[in-house]
Amino acid sequence: MGSLVLEALSKRYGQSTAVERVDLDVPQGEMVALLGPSGCGKTTTLRMVAGFVPPSAGRVLIGGTDVTRTPPHARNTGMVFQSYALFPHMTVADNVAFGLEMRRVNRAEREKRVREALQLVRLDKLEDRLPRQLSGGQQQRVALARALVVNPAVFLLDEPLSNLDAKLRGEVRMEIRSLQQRLGLTTLIVTHDQEEALTMADRLVVMERGRVRQVGTAEDLYESPADPFVAGFVGRCNLIEGELETPGGFRTATGALLPCIFGPRTPAGRVVMALRPEHVQIAPAEDGPARLQAVTYLGAQTEYHLDFNGTPLLAIRQTPAAEDPLRRLSNGDAVAVSWNPAAARLLPAAQPDGKGA
Amino acid sequence: MHLPSPGRLAFGGLVSAAFALMLAPVAMVMVISIFAQEIVSFPPSGFTLEWYINAWQRQEFARGFLSSLQIATLATLIGVPLGTAAAFALVRAKPRGGSAMQTLLLGPLAVPGVVAGTALYMFYLRAEFWLDQDITSTLQGLVAAHVLLTIPWTVRLVTASLQGLDRAAEEAAANLGARPFTVFRRVTLPAMRPGIIAACLFSFIQSFENLELSLLLVGPGRTTLPVAMLNYLEFRMDPTLAAVATVQIILVAVLMLITDRFVSIARTV
Repeated sequence: MGSLVLEALSKRYGQSTAVERVDLDVPQGEMVALLGPSGCGKTTTLRMVAGFVPPSAGRVLIGGTDVTRTPPHARNTGMVFQSYALFPHMTVADNVAFGLEMRRVNRAEREKRVREALQLVRLDKLEDRLPRQLSGGQQQRVALARALVVNPAVFLLDEPLSNLDAKLRGEVRMEIRSLQQRLGLTTLIVTHDQEEALTMADRLVVMERGRVRQVGTAEDLYESPADPFVAGFVGRCNLIEGELETPGGFRTATGALLPCIFGPRTPAGRVVMALRPEHVQIAPAEDGPARLQAVTYLGAQTEYHLDFNGTPLLAIRQTPAAEDPLRRLSNGDAVAVSWNPAAARLLPAAQPDGKGA
Repeated sequence: MHLPSPGRLAFGGLVSAAFALMLAPVAMVMVISIFAQEIVSFPPSGFTLEWYINAWQRQEFARGFLSSLQIATLATLIGVPLGTAAAFALVRAKPRGGSAMQTLLLGPLAVPGVVAGTALYMFYLRAEFWLDQDITSTLQGLVAAHVLLTIPWTVRLVTASLQGLDRAAEEAAANLGARPFTVFRRVTLPAMRPGIIAACLFSFIQSFENLELSLLLVGPGRTTLPVAMLNYLEFRMDPTLAAVATVQIILVAVLMLITDRFVSIARTV
């Protein structure tokens, strides 16, 4: 068991930078998710922690010890691979026992711990099977047991759920989280799925093009995103480009003036207004400024895709009752739009390619 | 129970015909080897094991068998490790020009045996002149030529088995505390094992049955079994040869069956 610290960790391949000065402090027992689109450097970061990729600069500390130059086999991390990477020629029990064997644990102790680990992931009936005789979900649990049985100082998960079907994914997510909390594992999980990150991790690290964009809890990232990229990547968000006009408000690129609240930390000049779709109120209105373009019924919620003076705007409302006038809206209708100005966050537009969702 | 569709029936018929066509000569040889009369003709006048006894008593077949066995074993023992190393380097180090190298290593499969044999013979004569040492009609010369037969099969089979291994499994082993050599021994080598075993089998058979390459390279007193059979054929034409061939066929079949117990040949090749 131990904490994990990354200090200005960087990886460059020739001219291109895969990871740029990542700092991270994961205290004992915390689960942190590295979240970002593919190619953002999250997997490279994880592989540097495991020791498979030598960093170009910076340090990795596990339990306070610098392991930057330590080979993978001496790092005492437990990794679950995206492909599970089970040993195809070994039985389930032998797969799980491998790490103990490498640690020269005696046979009796080994068998006891393998049994316990398999019970932990509810696979104790299948110990004599070969990996190819197991379903994807079962293989996944063998991979978990194999990584956990050695009591790793740091638990590493590389997109552990991406090869499972949607239903199983939800279950395994809960299972991994409860294991992690029960065993108090210091954990780093890599994922591109924000829902996975939001539901499993104590804290999230949003990465883009090798850099950390923001570190924080799910609430931090959702409610106070640091920039348009984070706002767009974590949850859904309307990102409207424009400029601040003082006094008055926010002038969109298409010329509309929108209400918002200025604060002492509001950036000047070109900004992006981030507005969560659930904050956008709509009402049918003959002379409304927005036009309804599409309605998507999702059961409990309904999505309204609007055109607001040339700016696309998404509103998500609880599905209206049958007698609600909203229910009668159809494509092309004029709609009035409003929101609490405090809900609209103004973010610096420094990243021209930081596109939203 | 319902009847199979005409399409299925036609397919089954075609498969059976193909197998019959391939196996007919083999079956023929085996049947002829127990015909009593010297000149093969139908119907047989009777059955006998005389030809097997004759084959056993003729020195050239027994000696040819032993020397074929010796050469095939040596060629396999030398060629398979070489080919395995080459396959490993090609797959893992991905050297520049790797695909050209691979094609070159598979080359002996494409060159007709007689051509390769002639070329080697001429090369050996030249080398003998320069080195002032016998090469043609020596065991070493013959084994070296047969190593050439074993390499393409080995490269092909071991490459395939290596490509089937998820590299992450090796990383997982390292992650669990295995040092690099242990990773190789416990994860990489087992993955290559079916390929290597199949390579041994095919190499051995290739060498054991080879006629064309050996033809010019064998020396007096060191004749391989196929060459001995050809020599016999020049002067006589009786079922002794069929008896020898039958023994050869059975040996190969037994080797295949034994190998198949360890690795599934159909899956590996």
